Amino acid sequence: MRVGLFLTCVNDTLYPRTGQATVALLERLGCDVDFPLAQTCCGQMHWNTGYGRQVEPLVRGFAETFAGYDAVVTPSGSCGAMIRDNHPRAAARSGDPGLADAVAQVMPKVYELTEFLVDVLQVTDVGAYFPHRVAYHPTCHSLRLMRLGDRPTTLLRNVRGLELVDLPGAEECCGFGGTFAVKNPDVSAAMGADKLRNAESTGADVLCAADNSCLMHLGGMISRRKGAIRTLHIAEILAATETDPEGAMWARTGAHR
Amino acid sequence: MNAVPLGMPAFPAAARDATRNTTLRRNLRHATHTIRDRRAAAVAELDDWAGLRAAGAAVKDQTLRHLDHYLEQAEAAVTAAGGQVHWAADADEANRIVADLVRATGETEVVKIKSMATQEIGLNEALAEVGITAYETDLAELIVQLGEDRPSHILVPAIHRNRTEIRDIFRKTMGEWGIPAPEGMSDEPRELAEAARLHLREKFLRAKVAVSGANFLVAETGTLVVVESEGNGRMCLTLPETLISVVGIEKVVPTWRDLEVFLQLLPRSSTAERMNPYTSTWTGVTDGDGPREFHLVLLDNGRTKILADEVGRQTLRCIRCSACLNVCPVYERAGGHAYGSVYPGPIGAILTPQLRGTTSEIDASLPYASSLCGACYEVCPVAIDIPEVLVHLREKVTEQRGHVVERAALRAAGWVMRDPKRYTALQRAAVRTRAVHPRKVPLPGWGKAWSATRDLPALPAESFRTWWQHRDTPGGTT
Repeated sequence: MRVGLFLTCVNDTLYPRTGQATVALLERLGCDVDFPLAQTCCGQMHWNTGYGRQVEPLVRGFAETFAGYDAVVTPSGSCGAMIRDNHPRAAARSGDPGLADAVAQVMPKVYELTEFLVDVLQVTDVGAYFPHRVAYHPTCHSLRLMRLGDRPTTLLRNVRGLELVDLPGAEECCGFGGTFAVKNPDVSAAMGADKLRNAESTGADVLCAADNSCLMHLGGMISRRKGAIRTLHIAEILAATETDPEGAMWARTGAHR
Repeated sequence: MNAVPLGMPAFPAAARDATRNTTLRRNLRHATHTIRDRRAAAVAELDDWAGLRAAGAAVKDQTLRHLDHYLEQAEAAVTAAGGQVHWAADADEANRIVADLVRATGETEVVKIKSMATQEIGLNEALAEVGITAYETDLAELIVQLGEDRPSHILVPAIHRNRTEIRDIFRKTMGEWGIPAPEGMSDEPRELAEAARLHLREKFLRAKVAVSGANFLVAETGTLVVVESEGNGRMCLTLPETLISVVGIEKVVPTWRDLEVFLQLLPRSSTAERMNPYTSTWTGVTDGDGPREFHLVLLDNGRTKILADEVGRQTLRCIRCSACLNVCPVYERAGGHAYGSVYPGPIGAILTPQLRGTTSEIDASLPYASSLCGACYEVCPVAIDIPEVLVHLREKVTEQRGHVVERAALRAAGWVMRDPKRYTALQRAAVRTRAVHPRKVPLPGWGKAWSATRDLPALPAESFRTWWQHRDTPGGTT
């Protein structure tokens, strides 16, 4: 299966290890992964901040870039939801039936990573090994827009050595919210502090999620407060194996081939 | 709509104070989490909740599509039943109509049933200007009125107060408004309720005129409906000689069969009850029973303007249950007052800017008072996609004057993002200069807002795309 990886601009620039882990994981499961270099950004920041008119070229770019793949996989519930919910809206508004068509063609092939693993590859045990106590934060867009349900936790439960703990108030927003974090910094920080208090109360050493943007906000708070817990994208847990628990192999250039 | 409160700052500034008020945070957290959990349990009891919710949305949409028809049908039915119907285009007109009606009775006092519409138009203040005193009789509204306070929740206007604060308010001001609080009253809920009961009973028995709102107006029979928990509303609806109801035009439902859907949706969403304790219905006037004179004031006050907006019009489905407030993480931390409106929380963040416009600082900031987490949409019993409307209103705000720096920054970002070459070049430049990137940005604006509580992530030595291009793969790259 030829999989186009839509990594997202945040992961490409700030969290390359999440991308490397996603590639290693998908290749381990037999996918032919490609990262088309024409990809940039899904346009969520513009759309959600009130600059939806500027999103059209990005929607067009996405549809053109990923037109030829059997599946498009993204390790982000939030960007996945932007594509699924709002790219059709942006295309409809553009008044260009060609764009609406192109979006309609690519849309059904777009999957968030855990969704792709469970629904398309039909794997719930990816052969991972991660000997840590882990709390899973279901980010709002993973939970309420992408409706990932128990897919991420099912995958985590099957990771050898991993102890999954219940996160109190799991379904409450962490306070990131894109530009909300800087437009309403005090409320955002209050929400983040509550999320971290809940995460720390579980005794977990890793707080994981399917969205690095939320983890950037929480990780930034942990770093400032010198907290004990660390944040990690779920792909980096699922990619870890007994022979390579720290992901040294998948991060090395070409080494895993 | 009632004007913006004097000196009201933008939402972020008002919310900042609330996040630092530990008593308020504790009160709100306890109250919202309790009702949120109870609502979830009450809703889970019904197998057909999703169907009911879809029906509620469909009935409202159908009614709004033919609003003119149903309003005229309601007017004819109310008139046939001996009531009088008045049409008010805005707050001033509605206030003038009510004031004239009260003056015509020769009275200078009215008792009031809890009503959002009369708060929206600032009726109490307008009546006070012409020498008429309005007494709030809902327990929580009484607490707000006696405390010279503002409501902070649609259903529980005094949610920001704890019982000790309420005791102090009762002790201090009840006597100025009527029967004083009993000597030695404690902050036990039973004693506080008894003090309110004695205070209000005297008002009910004396009042000749009552003012209400309504939860629903059934067009086929011209019947008004009020649902409540305390029974104080029913006292106001039955004892006085004259009843004046101020009702938003979106409250109309075509038939009693339609009403049945909402009488299931509303109590479970709002108080987590299967059925609310008191449901009062009245149709015009009845000889020898209840008020002898009934006036219905139908209020537009910006609603037809909302109806004309294809995305915004779903806001008019709202039945004021406040489930969205109770589940909102922003409301829980910011409190209701930060929204600068009688409509706080997620529904307020979309309703207020549509009713008042987005020219004031507070109103322009309300569409941004959300992390777009979607919890409000999930619990809304009439499926209002609040995040969708918020984003829609954000676009209206950014199309106004101002936002110079933000608009320029996002335009530049858009220009970079729409071209992979520009995007890659900027990314490379950022990586090359990573050694000098700070983890904190002390400059005013977004950098400082982020850095006050959070470190910036460290930029990695190599972006993913650079790594990918150097990867030794048989598949190659595109």
